[in-house]
Amino acid sequence: MTEEFDASKPIYMQLAERINKKIIRNELGLGEKLPSVREMAVQSGVNPNTVQRTYSELERMGIVETRRGQGTFVTENKEVIKRLREQLKQEIMSEFVRNMKELGFTMDEIITSLKDINQKEGGV
Amino acid sequence: MIELQNVTKRYGNLVALENVSLQLEKGKIVGVLGANGSGKSTLLKLIAGLAFPTKGKVLVDGQEVTRNISQKVAYLSELDAYYHNFTARDMIHFYASQFIDFNKEKANEILDFMQLDPNKKLKTLSKGSRGRVKIALTLAREVPVLLMDEPLSGLDPMVRESIVKGLISFINLEKQIVIITTHEVSEIEFLLDEVILIRDGKVIERALVDQLRETNHQSVVDWLKKMYKGEGK
Repeated sequence: MTEEFDASKPIYMQLAERINKKIIRNELGLGEKLPSVREMAVQSGVNPNTVQRTYSELERMGIVETRRGQGTFVTENKEVIKRLREQLKQEIMSEFVRNMKELGFTMDEIITSLKDINQKEGGV
Repeated sequence: MIELQNVTKRYGNLVALENVSLQLEKGKIVGVLGANGSGKSTLLKLIAGLAFPTKGKVLVDGQEVTRNISQKVAYLSELDAYYHNFTARDMIHFYASQFIDFNKEKANEILDFMQLDPNKKLKTLSKGSRGRVKIALTLAREVPVLLMDEPLSGLDPMVRESIVKGLISFINLEKQIVIITTHEVSEIEFLLDEVILIRDGKVIERALVDQLRETNHQSVVDWLKKMYKGEGK
């Protein structure tokens, strides 16, 4: 089934974010081949031009490489993926912290609460 | 690829399109949006050579549109037109006899993709299956311009999804332009590169879908609502 996209961001960016998350979770490994533009378009129910734009954007970021006649592959450069992982973490954390501070929570309260929640969910 | 120059179309006293100028390039999927009776179908018919402008010019590939433009333009009507005793396979043979650009193999492939039985008579098929046969016949034509008038209207969500996926799988955007009219944009929003909004025979707005999201943080549906409200008074 086709996944939903939210209205506020271009679809090509949302698709790029999904692929990035897959790479970080290692569902798409280093050097692994991505689906062709057409396959990805059918899978996600979007315009092939949109997928092309997503792939170009990921290529610009150095996350994937397009090899002529062969397709698009995840980079084999571990550093790039490490940086991507770090960058996503930064983005999510800074938004979270900003939201919490806006509500007036202190850093100590935030940390205590994080630990509590993690424990309740049986986390490490 | 497609150009309308100050085109007006009247049917008797009724003005269907008024002074419309448009240019459309290949490689895109364009949605023509608007309420019933806004002039969407007339626009497609003018490009397909099924109607001719009262004033102005319509050009496809630099050539003024006559009935012969059907060699370059495939048109999916919103009406059903078939012989009742025909099967999908008969329709494929019939289309192949009418259009030299018709690719039989592709037609069969699309029917297969949409899980349709080519041996059933069309009159025994559900509306949704007939809709899909029509789409298959249109997509199997290897022409630069594909026009689809309300391909999804009145069909259930499963059928609509199968049509959308069929479209994505079988169009060739390196060579083709696809123009789809609809008054229910939500299903095909993710398919469109560009949207053109028509009201009362006039093109009132045109936008790139990604740009709407990027600069206005709006989906096409949001944009449409706003446009209609803003200009409604």
